[in-house]
Amino acid sequence: MKAHLSRRYHFSASHRLHTEAYDSAQNLAIFGKCNNPYGHGHNYTVQVTFSGQVDAATGMVCNLAELDAFAQTNLLARFDHTNLNTLDYVLRYTGSSRTLPRLIWSGFMSRRPAITHLTTPARRHQRRA
Amino acid sequence: MIFLTRKAEFSSAHYYWNESWSPEENLRVFGKCANRNGHGHNYTLEVTVSGSVDRTSGFVVDLKELKDILEREVVSVYDHRHLNLEVPEFKAMVPTTENIAIAIWQRLDNKIPHAKLHRVRVYEMPDLFADYYGER
Repeated sequence: MKAHLSRRYHFSASHRLHTEAYDSAQNLAIFGKCNNPYGHGHNYTVQVTFSGQVDAATGMVCNLAELDAFAQTNLLARFDHTNLNTLDYVLRYTGSSRTLPRLIWSGFMSRRPAITHLTTPARRHQRRA
Repeated sequence: MIFLTRKAEFSSAHYYWNESWSPEENLRVFGKCANRNGHGHNYTLEVTVSGSVDRTSGFVVDLKELKDILEREVVSVYDHRHLNLEVPEFKAMVPTTENIAIAIWQRLDNKIPHAKLHRVRVYEMPDLFADYYGER
Protein backbone atom coordinates (compact mmCIF):
# COMPACT_ATOMS: atom_id res chain seq x y z
CA MET A 1 0.00 0.00 0.00
CA LYS A 2 1.55 3.26 -1.10
CA ALA A 3 0.80 6.32 1.02
CA HIS A 4 2.14 9.85 1.36
CA LEU A 5 3.21 11.37 4.67
CA SER A 6 3.48 15.14 4.97
CA ARG A 7 5.08 17.10 7.75
CA ARG A 8 5.26 20.86 8.27
CA TYR A 9 8.05 22.72 10.02
CA HIS A 10 8.23 26.40 10.87
CA PHE A 11 11.15 28.77 11.10
CA SER A 12 11.62 32.53 11.21
CA ALA A 13 14.50 34.26 9.52
CA SER A 14 15.61 37.54 8.03
CA HIS A 15 17.07 38.09 4.59
CA ARG A 16 17.79 40.61 1.90
CA LEU A 17 17.48 39.98 -1.82
CA HIS A 18 20.59 41.32 -3.44
CA THR A 19 23.15 40.16 -5.98
CA GLU A 20 26.64 41.46 -6.61
CA ALA A 21 26.06 40.84 -10.29
CA TYR A 22 24.02 44.05 -10.48
CA ASP A 23 24.67 47.59 -9.34
CA SER A 24 22.57 49.26 -6.63
CA ALA A 25 20.03 50.74 -9.05
CA GLN A 26 19.51 47.41 -10.82
CA ASN A 27 19.16 45.56 -7.51
CA LEU A 28 16.53 48.04 -6.38
CA ALA A 29 14.72 47.84 -9.70
CA ILE A 30 14.56 44.04 -9.63
CA PHE A 31 14.09 43.27 -5.94
CA GLY A 32 12.20 46.38 -4.84
CA LYS A 33 11.57 46.64 -1.10
CA CYS A 34 13.15 43.21 -0.63
CA ASN A 35 16.46 44.91 -1.43
CA ASN A 36 16.30 47.07 1.73
CA PRO A 37 19.93 47.04 2.95
CA TYR A 38 18.85 46.43 6.54
CA GLY A 39 16.96 43.28 5.62
CA HIS A 40 13.49 42.11 6.60
CA GLY A 41 12.03 38.87 7.93
CA HIS A 42 9.43 36.20 7.40
CA ASN A 43 7.81 33.29 9.15
CA TYR A 44 8.47 30.36 6.83
CA THR A 45 6.60 27.07 6.61
CA VAL A 46 8.40 24.09 5.12
CA GLN A 47 6.16 21.24 4.01
CA VAL A 48 7.84 17.99 3.03
CA THR A 49 6.06 14.93 1.66
CA PHE A 50 7.44 11.41 1.63
CA SER A 51 5.93 8.65 -0.48
CA GLY A 52 6.39 4.93 -0.29
CA GLN A 53 5.01 1.59 0.74
CA VAL A 54 3.61 1.52 4.25
CA ASP A 55 5.86 -0.84 6.19
CA ALA A 56 3.80 -3.80 7.37
CA ALA A 57 5.56 -3.96 10.74
CA THR A 58 5.56 -0.27 11.64
CA GLY A 59 2.61 1.07 9.66
CA MET A 60 4.84 3.92 8.52
CA VAL A 61 6.16 5.39 5.29
CA CYS A 62 9.03 6.82 7.28
CA ASN A 63 9.78 7.05 10.98
CA LEU A 64 8.43 10.38 12.26
CA ALA A 65 10.70 10.58 15.30
CA GLU A 66 13.76 10.13 13.06
CA LEU A 67 12.43 12.65 10.57
CA ASP A 68 11.77 15.25 13.28
CA ALA A 69 15.24 14.72 14.74
CA PHE A 70 16.75 15.14 11.29
CA ALA A 71 14.72 18.31 10.66
CA GLN A 72 15.68 19.74 14.03
CA THR A 73 19.39 19.33 13.31
CA ASN A 74 19.48 20.02 9.60
CA LEU A 75 16.67 22.50 9.08
CA LEU A 76 15.52 24.30 12.22
CA ALA A 77 18.88 24.60 13.97
CA ARG A 78 20.41 25.94 10.77
CA PHE A 79 17.71 28.40 9.72
CA ASP A 80 15.51 29.42 12.65
CA HIS A 81 16.15 32.93 13.98
CA THR A 82 19.06 33.51 11.63
CA ASN A 83 19.89 36.05 8.98
CA LEU A 84 19.91 33.89 5.84
CA ASN A 85 22.39 36.20 4.12
CA THR A 86 25.02 35.36 6.74
CA LEU A 87 24.86 31.61 6.09
CA ASP A 88 27.48 30.33 3.66
CA TYR A 89 25.33 27.46 2.42
CA VAL A 90 22.51 29.87 1.67
CA LEU A 91 24.74 32.47 0.05
CA ARG A 92 25.80 29.91 -2.51
CA TYR A 93 22.22 30.34 -3.63
CA THR A 94 20.94 33.91 -3.56
CA GLY A 95 18.97 33.88 -0.34
CA SER A 96 15.79 34.16 -2.35
CA SER A 97 12.78 32.19 -1.19
CA ARG A 98 12.59 30.78 -4.69
CA THR A 99 15.87 28.96 -4.24
CA LEU A 100 15.40 27.95 -0.60
CA PRO A 101 13.17 24.99 -1.52
CA ARG A 102 15.96 23.55 -3.69
CA LEU A 103 18.44 23.89 -0.83
CA ILE A 104 16.05 22.33 1.69
CA TRP A 105 15.16 19.54 -0.76
CA SER A 106 18.87 18.72 -1.06
CA GLY A 107 19.16 18.59 2.72
CA PHE A 108 16.30 16.15 3.13
CA MET A 109 17.42 14.04 0.18
CA SER A 110 20.81 13.60 1.87
CA ARG A 111 18.94 11.52 4.43
CA ARG A 112 18.35 8.70 1.98
CA PRO A 113 17.88 5.76 2.09
CA ALA A 114 15.95 6.22 5.34
CA ILE A 115 13.56 8.39 3.38
CA THR A 116 12.47 6.44 0.38
CA HIS A 117 11.17 9.10 -1.92
CA LEU A 118 10.69 12.81 -1.48
CA THR A 119 7.85 13.80 -3.76
CA THR A 120 7.16 17.47 -3.32
CA PRO A 121 9.54 20.37 -3.03
CA ALA A 122 9.59 22.06 0.31
CA ARG A 123 7.10 24.87 0.20
CA ARG A 124 7.41 28.23 1.74
CA HIS A 125 4.87 30.70 2.88
CA GLN A 126 5.88 34.25 3.34
CA ARG A 127 3.85 36.80 5.10
CA ARG A 128 3.68 39.59 2.62
CA ALA A 129 3.59 43.18 3.72
CA MET B 1 -14.62 16.50 -13.84
CA ILE B 2 -14.92 18.18 -10.46
CA PHE B 3 -13.17 17.30 -7.22
CA LEU B 4 -15.22 17.82 -4.09
CA THR B 5 -13.76 17.65 -0.58
CA ARG B 6 -15.67 17.14 2.63
CA LYS B 7 -14.16 17.42 6.10
CA ALA B 8 -15.06 15.52 9.22
CA GLU B 9 -13.47 15.31 12.64
CA PHE B 10 -13.00 12.59 15.20
CA SER B 11 -11.08 12.31 18.46
CA SER B 12 -9.51 9.00 19.32
CA ALA B 13 -6.95 7.32 21.52
CA HIS B 14 -4.24 5.01 20.22
CA TYR B 15 -0.76 3.68 20.77
CA TYR B 16 1.87 2.21 18.46
CA TRP B 17 2.87 -1.36 19.24
CA ASN B 18 3.95 -4.41 17.25
CA GLU B 19 3.14 -7.59 19.20
CA SER B 20 5.84 -9.56 17.42
CA TRP B 21 8.58 -7.30 18.82
CA SER B 22 10.06 -7.05 22.29
CA PRO B 23 9.04 -4.08 24.48
CA GLU B 24 12.55 -2.65 24.00
CA GLU B 25 12.24 -2.80 20.22
CA ASN B 26 8.79 -1.18 20.33
CA LEU B 27 10.15 1.65 22.45
CA ARG B 28 13.16 2.09 20.19
CA VAL B 29 11.08 2.34 17.01
CA PHE B 30 7.93 4.07 18.24
CA GLY B 31 9.31 6.20 21.10
CA LYS B 32 6.66 7.93 23.20
CA CYS B 33 3.92 6.65 20.87
CA ALA B 34 4.55 3.18 22.36
CA ASN B 35 3.14 4.16 25.77
CA ARG B 36 0.67 1.31 26.39
CA ASN B 37 -1.65 3.60 28.33
CA GLY B 38 -2.32 5.31 25.04
CA HIS B 39 -2.58 8.94 24.04
CA GLY B 40 -5.01 10.81 21.81
CA HIS B 41 -5.50 13.25 18.97
CA ASN B 42 -8.15 15.41 17.38
CA TYR B 43 -8.09 14.03 13.86
CA THR B 44 -9.33 15.90 10.81
CA LEU B 45 -10.45 13.81 7.87
CA GLU B 46 -10.67 15.19 4.34
CA VAL B 47 -12.39 12.99 1.80
CA THR B 48 -12.13 14.04 -1.84
CA VAL B 49 -14.41 12.54 -4.46
CA SER B 50 -14.43 13.13 -8.19
CA GLY B 51 -17.23 13.04 -10.71
CA SER B 52 -19.36 14.97 -13.11
CA VAL B 53 -21.68 17.70 -12.02
CA ASP B 54 -25.31 16.59 -12.30
CA ARG B 55 -27.11 19.05 -14.59
CA THR B 56 -30.25 19.14 -12.56
CA SER B 57 -28.91 19.27 -9.01
CA GLY B 58 -25.54 20.95 -9.69
CA PHE B 59 -23.97 18.35 -7.38
CA VAL B 60 -21.09 15.96 -7.88
CA VAL B 61 -22.48 14.22 -4.85
CA ASP B 62 -25.18 15.19 -2.42
CA LEU B 63 -23.20 16.80 0.42
CA LYS B 64 -25.72 15.81 3.03
CA GLU B 65 -25.55 12.23 1.82
CA LEU B 66 -21.73 12.33 1.86
CA LYS B 67 -21.78 13.75 5.38
CA ASP B 68 -24.10 10.94 6.47
CA ILE B 69 -21.83 8.31 4.88
CA LEU B 70 -18.75 9.73 6.65
CA GLU B 71 -20.66 9.78 9.91
CA ARG B 72 -21.93 6.21 9.51
CA GLU B 73 -18.79 4.57 8.12
CA VAL B 74 -16.05 6.46 9.97
CA VAL B 75 -16.95 8.99 12.65
CA SER B 76 -19.44 6.80 14.53
CA VAL B 77 -16.83 4.02 14.61
CA TYR B 78 -13.71 6.07 15.44
CA ASP B 79 -14.88 9.08 17.46
CA HIS B 80 -14.20 8.91 21.19
CA ARG B 81 -12.88 5.38 20.80
CA HIS B 82 -9.58 3.67 21.44
CA LEU B 83 -8.47 2.66 17.96
CA ASN B 84 -6.28 -0.28 19.06
CA LEU B 85 -8.84 -1.73 21.46
CA GLU B 86 -12.18 -0.92 19.88
CA VAL B 87 -11.81 -0.71 16.10
CA PRO B 88 -11.48 -4.08 14.36
CA GLU B 89 -9.00 -3.16 11.61
CA PHE B 90 -6.43 -1.99 14.17
CA LYS B 91 -6.36 -5.24 16.15
CA ALA B 92 -3.57 -6.41 13.86
CA MET B 93 -2.42 -3.15 12.27
CA VAL B 94 -0.61 -0.24 13.93
CA PRO B 95 -2.97 2.79 13.87
CA THR B 96 -0.49 5.20 12.32
CA THR B 97 -1.76 8.16 10.34
CA GLU B 98 -0.88 6.27 7.14
CA ASN B 99 -2.83 3.16 8.17
CA ILE B 100 -5.81 5.22 9.35
CA ALA B 101 -5.97 6.85 5.89
CA ILE B 102 -5.85 3.42 4.23
CA ALA B 103 -8.47 1.98 6.60
CA ILE B 104 -10.84 4.90 5.97
CA TRP B 105 -10.40 4.46 2.21
CA GLN B 106 -11.39 0.81 2.58
CA ARG B 107 -14.41 1.77 4.66
CA LEU B 108 -15.59 4.32 2.06
CA ASP B 109 -14.64 2.64 -1.22
CA ASN B 110 -17.77 1.92 -3.32
CA LYS B 111 -20.02 3.45 -0.67
CA ILE B 112 -20.41 6.89 -2.28
CA PRO B 113 -23.08 7.00 -5.00
CA HIS B 114 -22.40 8.76 -8.30
CA ALA B 115 -18.81 9.71 -7.41
CA LYS B 116 -15.38 8.13 -7.33
CA LEU B 117 -13.25 8.21 -4.22
CA HIS B 118 -10.14 10.21 -5.12
CA ARG B 119 -8.18 10.86 -1.95
CA VAL B 120 -8.36 10.30 1.78
CA ARG B 121 -6.31 12.74 3.82
CA VAL B 122 -6.01 12.33 7.58
CA TYR B 123 -4.52 15.04 9.75
CA GLU B 124 -3.24 13.75 13.09
CA MET B 125 -2.42 17.38 13.85
CA PRO B 126 -2.19 20.47 11.66
CA ASP B 127 1.49 19.83 10.87
CA LEU B 128 1.23 16.10 10.16
CA PHE B 129 -0.98 14.35 7.64
CA ALA B 130 -1.14 11.28 5.41
CA ASP B 131 -2.69 10.91 1.95
CA TYR B 132 -3.94 7.71 0.34
CA TYR B 133 -5.18 7.49 -3.24
CA GLY B 134 -5.99 3.79 -3.36
CA GLU B 135 -3.87 1.34 -5.29
CA ARG B 136 -3.45 2.70 -8.80
